[in-house]
Amino acid sequence: MPFIKAEKLMYDYESRDDDGNVTGRVHALKGLSFEVEAGEFVAVIGHNGSGKSTLARLINALAQPTLGRLTVNGYDVTDADRIWDLRRSVGMVFQNPDNQIIAGVVEEDVAFGPENLGVPSGEIVERVEKALGTVGMSEFAKRSPNRLSGGQKQRVAIAGALAMKPECIILDEATAMLDPIGRREVMEVICSLNRDEHMTVLLITHYMEEAAMADRVIVMNDGRIVLDGTPAEVFSQTDKLTECALELPQAALLAGKLREAGVPLPEGIVSPEQLVDELVGIKNTWQ
Amino acid sequence: MLREMTLGQYYPGNSILHRLDPRVKLLGTLVYMVAVFLAEDVTGYALGAAFLAAMIICSRIPLGFMLKGLKPVLVILIFSVVFNLFLTDGEVLVSVWKITITREGIWRAAFMAMRLICLILGAALMTYTTTPNQLTDGIEKGLGFLSYIRIPVHEIAMMMSIALRFIPILNEELDKIMKAQMARGADFESGSFLRRAKALVPLLIPLFVSAFRRASDLANAMEARCYHGGRGRTRMHPLRYAGRDIAAYLIIAAFLAGMILLKIYAPLAYLSA
Amino acid sequence: MAIELKNIFYSYEKTADRAARVVLDGIDLTLSREDFTAVIGPTGSGKSTLVQHLNLLLRAVSGDILYDGESIYAEDYDRKGLRSKVGLVFQYPEYQLFETDILSDVCFGPRNLGLPEEEVRERAVKALEAVGFSDDDHTRSPFDLSGGQKRRVAIAGILAMQPEFLILDEPAAGLDPQGRREMLDLVRGLHDSRGTGIVLVSHSMDDVAGYADRIVALYGGRVVMDGTPREIFSQRDKLEEIGLSVPQATQVADELRKAGMDIPKGLITVDEVAEAILGYMKSHGGSAGRNRQC
Repeated sequence: MPFIKAEKLMYDYESRDDDGNVTGRVHALKGLSFEVEAGEFVAVIGHNGSGKSTLARLINALAQPTLGRLTVNGYDVTDADRIWDLRRSVGMVFQNPDNQIIAGVVEEDVAFGPENLGVPSGEIVERVEKALGTVGMSEFAKRSPNRLSGGQKQRVAIAGALAMKPECIILDEATAMLDPIGRREVMEVICSLNRDEHMTVLLITHYMEEAAMADRVIVMNDGRIVLDGTPAEVFSQTDKLTECALELPQAALLAGKLREAGVPLPEGIVSPEQLVDELVGIKNTWQ
Repeated sequence: MLREMTLGQYYPGNSILHRLDPRVKLLGTLVYMVAVFLAEDVTGYALGAAFLAAMIICSRIPLGFMLKGLKPVLVILIFSVVFNLFLTDGEVLVSVWKITITREGIWRAAFMAMRLICLILGAALMTYTTTPNQLTDGIEKGLGFLSYIRIPVHEIAMMMSIALRFIPILNEELDKIMKAQMARGADFESGSFLRRAKALVPLLIPLFVSAFRRASDLANAMEARCYHGGRGRTRMHPLRYAGRDIAAYLIIAAFLAGMILLKIYAPLAYLSA
Repeated sequence: MAIELKNIFYSYEKTADRAARVVLDGIDLTLSREDFTAVIGPTGSGKSTLVQHLNLLLRAVSGDILYDGESIYAEDYDRKGLRSKVGLVFQYPEYQLFETDILSDVCFGPRNLGLPEEEVRERAVKALEAVGFSDDDHTRSPFDLSGGQKRRVAIAGILAMQPEFLILDEPAAGLDPQGRREMLDLVRGLHDSRGTGIVLVSHSMDDVAGYADRIVALYGGRVVMDGTPREIFSQRDKLEEIGLSVPQATQVADELRKAGMDIPKGLITVDEVAEAILGYMKSHGGSAGRNRQC
């Protein structure tokens, strides 16, 4: 059974004027159908307002679908009796590092989830130690989160999710407010979680370089899925991506230009390393 | 201005006082404050001060840092000393023009100063040796019995700990907004009171908007981590009394008893009026 | 017209939970109105602190800053005037909006300058137009706009003061790719059409490469590199040493050169690098370049 299964998922919300009167309905999601298998690393990309964050909220039952069906880990998201089981199995990391850390000490924050789940004290201590170790933040256990860098705060947030022992982690633009070093830190943690712990990862982002690290990329535009495939498949659809107001990484753009000029490069190059390897390979065939 | 406000300041350490159960420290501070009000002569104040001094030594907090805690109340301290010094009737010692200093005035001023210093340093010692989180834990557990009479103790404690976490963040935010508006030519420092009050609008509205946005984000993050109130919640480090806590309770009780005995059996007459 | 910084030192005061720390450690820098200058550096290098010195929001511990030849630290210097001449747009500036409609919000700056009400409105209307809002938008609430739109309103709020220099701290942070591009195009356009001097703080090398005329790299509170994008990005090792990188296109060109291809140094845009690679392939008899023509 797929870990996440969406069937014709729709989500509307009402727009209101200053006096609170309904002025219209906004269709944020217009019938999504997709499946995510356990252990997959899926990136969801799309411009701001394409509906990708709404999707994350639905998956964690922070909002309810208007129409359609969504099951996560076998739980229907509309089933109020199982809501805590569902949220336990899906860890969320949000965009703003400051607004998701609840406690004034790192380890107490990581303990927040298991405490809510009623896990016995001794086990909480173990879980917190393990989670902080996984994200490489053990030495900060007793510190205040206020003095950490953005990347460190997000790693604490990931540890907070991990301490609930979820089957899946959703990152809702969790790198958007970080500097390049912080982004790298977070991505390294995410990649190793998927690789080493077989954690299902749903990475919502608008950085193509990050999406390129996933096994599979879903492109959203205007509340719909427009592309779904491996990074190579998706990033070769240059025109479609441009239509969705997305931009390819420079390496992919460069590869595209060279291919157009007749250089026999394969489709779907996204990283500078890939491009260099291919070009050096071509050069070596001459000699 | 607001940046200098320190709330629940904590002095990191690992002394016996730092390790005491926060419930002991909360109750101990309360008892100490009551006891200081019992003192009415030199021996009483000496005992109170000696107890405090012993605690400060136990806490291993530098005296300089302790005394800094008096800074915000220095004005009140000086005011009450001066007030008592000059306005107490009694045996005149010095009299210049309309100002007279009496023997009773000197005693009274000294006692008043002692009392204030003991109260403030006593409270400061608790916040210096207790993290805000321990403090809220202490309140939650120590006052937990109030939840039987429908006082939402858990919720109050959770609100306190979230407030403590966000005070520095909002402080920084306020500073940023202030600078951003100053970059737009806003002036917060000159003009009449009304003008200055009006100048706060461009500060407060963005601050509130931001606080609400953060609150909504935080609510989502808490729900996503399965927060559903205090029911069924466990703690990573549940509060448990250790031997030292029992000992501390006994010491506090002995101190209180000492102060009460002094009040009953050794009343010196300086301030009996 | 220029801002000259002379040996600027700045440090935080020591507080209970923070040791005293030198943030700016002797900055010498002249910023010209003719330039689109990008200030780059890792987090904590002093970029944001530096730009707050330019309009007196922070005051150096020692050193001097001259605006148009005059010391801004002089006792009788017109500070308010300086803040209108040096417009500073903070990171996430949309959080400073407070009025009920965007026109009133943009009016806040010029009104603080004490201009007549007519001119205030005129300037605000023009500034909103410059960032892409028409007359119909004036009554919209800033809180109903998208993130990118809010940010443009905030920039208009500074533009309405008609500054000679516009300083932007990470103006594209948190925007999606199209939003980033639009934002940077807007800033470049303001430079080209109005002659506004631009100082742009950023940590995205890809953004900086395509837009700036001059790059100043900060590290540990000092200026460690200063030159054209070409000069800066041809020193990849030095950049990486201070935790920065070169644009991806430059990275590809560098790696190819290391692999023995004859590709010139200092290429920074995708087009340049593509051209250089194709040129190399043609001249070295690779089949690649020719296939098409046959």
